[in-house]
Parts: sequence; structure tokens; C-alpha cells
Amino acid sequence: MKMEEELLAIIEKNSRIDLKELAVILGVSEIDIVNTLQKLEEEGVVCGYHTMINWEKTSIEKVTALIEVRVTPQRGQGFDNIAERIYKYPEVQSVYLISGGYDLLVTLEGKTLREVSSFVSDKLSTLETVLSTATHFILKKYKDHGTILGAKSEDEREIVTP
Amino acid sequence: MRNPVSDTIVGIKPSGIRKFFDIVTEMNDKNVISLGVGEPDFDTPWHIRDEGIYSLEKGRSHYTGNTGLVELRKEICNYLKRSQGIQYDYSKEVIVTVGGSEAIDIGLRAMCNPGDEVIIPQPSYVSYEPCALLAGAVPVIIDLKEENEFRLTADELKAAITDKTKVLILPFPNNPTGGIMERADLEAIREVIIENDIYVMSDEIYAELTYKDKHVSIASLEGMRERTVLINGFSKAYAMTGWRLGYACGPEEIIRQMTKIHQYCIMCAPTTSQYAAIEALKNGDKDVEEMRAEYNRRRRFLMNAFKEMNIKVFEPYGAFYIFPCIKEFGMTSDEFATRFLAEEKVAAVPGTAFGASGEGFLRISYAYSLERLKEAMKRFAHFVEKLRAEKS
Repeated sequence: MKMEEELLAIIEKNSRIDLKELAVILGVSEIDIVNTLQKLEEEGVVCGYHTMINWEKTSIEKVTALIEVRVTPQRGQGFDNIAERIYKYPEVQSVYLISGGYDLLVTLEGKTLREVSSFVSDKLSTLETVLSTATHFILKKYKDHGTILGAKSEDEREIVTP
Repeated sequence: MRNPVSDTIVGIKPSGIRKFFDIVTEMNDKNVISLGVGEPDFDTPWHIRDEGIYSLEKGRSHYTGNTGLVELRKEICNYLKRSQGIQYDYSKEVIVTVGGSEAIDIGLRAMCNPGDEVIIPQPSYVSYEPCALLAGAVPVIIDLKEENEFRLTADELKAAITDKTKVLILPFPNNPTGGIMERADLEAIREVIIENDIYVMSDEIYAELTYKDKHVSIASLEGMRERTVLINGFSKAYAMTGWRLGYACGPEEIIRQMTKIHQYCIMCAPTTSQYAAIEALKNGDKDVEEMRAEYNRRRRFLMNAFKEMNIKVFEPYGAFYIFPCIKEFGMTSDEFATRFLAEEKVAAVPGTAFGASGEGFLRISYAYSLERLKEAMKRFAHFVEKLRAEKS
């Protein structure tokens, strides 16, 4: 279990790390790594290998919005049905059921403000069980997925110390 | 004019690290990658820094008591209780110092009479010998051996003891070798220590960084608490080198005399650092665990890299150093390190900077990211290949 946990922590940060290196730094055989990864994929623990992109540094325009959604839960279904209706839209990045003042937190990515707002007004708000929405646009990302976006820090240590 | 400076100080050799530092600085080459640093690459965990900042915001900008904040001393005692099972009295047996370095200095000054002998196993940290000299003591060096993984054996210790021996310095987990002393090793020297009625200064600054079993302090062994000054600090475990904070725990009569020197020379350790250190001890276990795991991955990477290059190296289980043997190349450590720097642009400290018995070895620090270590090992392999070709 310990090795598995450490393996997950490493590949969560760097999914491109090669198998041989993983085996060396975890002190196990390459076969162990292959088998463990395969098992984790089969069990759905590892669901995908993604790349973190700082889109702001490209010329590609993107807007991301966080949308708080209040809904009426349905008998026998709870929130699952409505969540599914929302997450099936490909422009929806994530859907979370949230405790507190609202029910679902939806993150949405679009090319323009207009695209996002028309999604909210045409598709989201018109769903039968949706009571209200509040849309927040992200202005700047400072840190995402545990990674600080922006200038890399320099090694400020003396070059040789006892 | 009269000679303005002290003969004693003039007689003390400048540190070998300094010499190498000057060579590297003189090169002033941006492509040099250093493996020469004896401090963590991590920044101090944010919650600890935040406590320091908060203490400043609250106006905690004054002196503390000479031996340090009561709450900090209590936390130090809690830590030693839970990690080593040793119970110290925070009011009489603990002093907070400016780094472990100060504790070494004032500890030796508090314990030694002129002419007393201080046994120093080497290779080890650079300050024991000069501090012993400054205390008026006579340093007696034990040359540790690679075949023992640079551990101190009972026989080596016996051979070094005379009727003038007062203190044994025990620098484990060790800088620069990465060697450790396990319980059985400590038990073996314990008998010799008690039999000869000597004291121990146990520098355990790397106690949290071990990769086999948990570190065992010699002070936790039967009959040793009353003859051991245990030194530790925050620099390595919590990546707090710049905060300059350490401590010593030991018998009341020694701590009382150390406090006297400390109160005249230092007054008290930095207040901001003390507040931050309370947070480190209370809520820093998880950070230490994460850093240790990362060091361990790098350690394994380096072990494997040297194995692939066919370089002789024993497996280090402590600190963040690996100490490969370079004797096969027929060069001194100095020559090897200087050529390695000039030809491959990698700075690694010659083993001799830590004592004559470091001859034939190189200290490689792994307080660097894996990326950096990978590049450095690529250059090491290239250098080794070249040297082997030269020889044949």
C-alpha cells in the first residue's frame, strides 16, 4: 500500500516519468511498477494522464467560469440525474456536489464570455430542476492543481556550504 | 606595531569548504551545477513561515528568556519524548541556541578544561575541531573507515581514549558520509563510554533524515542520558537553515554552564525563529515525512546511478549525502573535484574538506531536484568514462 500511495503521488505530479526511473526511485522492480499501474488503471483509480497547460501564455483565447447552481433534488435520484444532464455537455469541465449555500459547482470552459453566458442562459438555467445560477469568471490563475503558475524560482543558496 | 590578532585563531585552519567555495566562485560560470550544498533545497513549509510573519505582526520583536521561549522548550521535550522516549525537564535541561553550531561551541566550552581531550570521528562536520581548540581542548581524531560504512566501532573508540579524554563527539547521521549508527552500534560503544567515564556530545541535526529504521539517540540508552548533550535543530528537518535555530538537551549542570556562555555572548536565539519553530514541532511532522520521502527517492536514484557507472559506494542511510569512492582514478579528492569542476562543470566537495580520512571520496549532496541530479550524473558518467580511457 505504501508504495502504491507514493507511486500515485508521483504520477499525479508527473505522469510522463518513465517506468525505469519510477522503479529506481521507489526501490522496486520495473515489473512491479507495470503491474501496479495496470491494476490502478483497471480499478479506475488512475483515470487518465493529463497535461497542465497555462493557456494564458498562448495566443489561444479561453474563458473559464465557475457556476454555482441551486437545484431541486428529485425523488429517488437525488442530485445524480441533474448532475448527469449537466456533465454530458462537453464544454463542462467538472461538476461537483457541494455542501453549503448551493448544490452543484460547475466549471465551464468557453472561447468567449458570450459563449459561456449563452450556455448558462440557454442550457443550464432552462433545465427544469435548476432554481438559480451564479456565474463567476476566472480572471487569473495563480495556482492550479498544486502548481504555481508564473515565474520559476531560482536556487538562492550559496553554491558550496558545509 | 604589535600583532593585532590571536595566535590561537591564526593557528586554526580555514575550512576546506571555503577553499573549494573560492575555486567555484572564481570560475564564475553559469553552467556550473552544484552538488555542494549542505542545506535543504526546499523552502521552509509555508505554515511555519506564516507563524514567523504572524509573530512579527503581533509585535513579538523582543528578547526571549536566555534559554528560549517556555512553549518552545516544552515542544522540544514533547518531540524528544515521542521520537526517542527521552524525558527532559524543559526548565533545566534544555537550551535554545543559534543553530546547532552554537550548541556545539558552547557545549564544548562548558565541558572542557584546558588540555582535556575531545574525540572527533572524521569525516565529519567542519566545526568540531576548531570549536574544541577554541575551548582550549585537544582534538583527537578517529579516522572512520569505509569498510564499516563510516560507523564508529568500540575498538576504534577504545584506541583513542586516554586518561585525558573528556568528550566524544558523535556526529550521526553523518555529514558528509551519510553514515548512521544503529542501536547495536550504539550499544557497543556505550559500554566503552561508561567504563571510561566520558561524556558524549551527540550531534543529531539529521535525526529526522534516515532511510532505514528510525534514528536512535544514544541518550536513550541506559546510563547515557546523564552523560550526553544531545544537539538538534530545525535547519535540516524543517528546511529552516536561514532561521538559525537549534537546541541542546542534557544534564542540568552542563546546560546551566552553557546558558551562562550563551547569555553573555548571544542573549537569546532569534525570537521570530522561535515562534516559527513552535509551529514546526507542533504541526510539521507531515512536511518532514514528505521531504524525507523525496530525499529517499533521490538517494535511490544516485545509488543506482553510481552502480551503473561501476563506482564503489556504500549505501548511505542518513542525512542527504552520498560519499562515492574515487580511489580507482589515482587522484586525490582535491584533484578529482577540481578537474570534475573544470571539465564537467559540476561542483562536488572533496572528502578531505571533512577530515584527512575523507581522502579518496567525494561528498555528493542530494538536496537538489531529481532533474538536476540526473544532469549531474550524466556529466559524472562522462567524466568517469574519460578518466578510465586515460588510464587504459
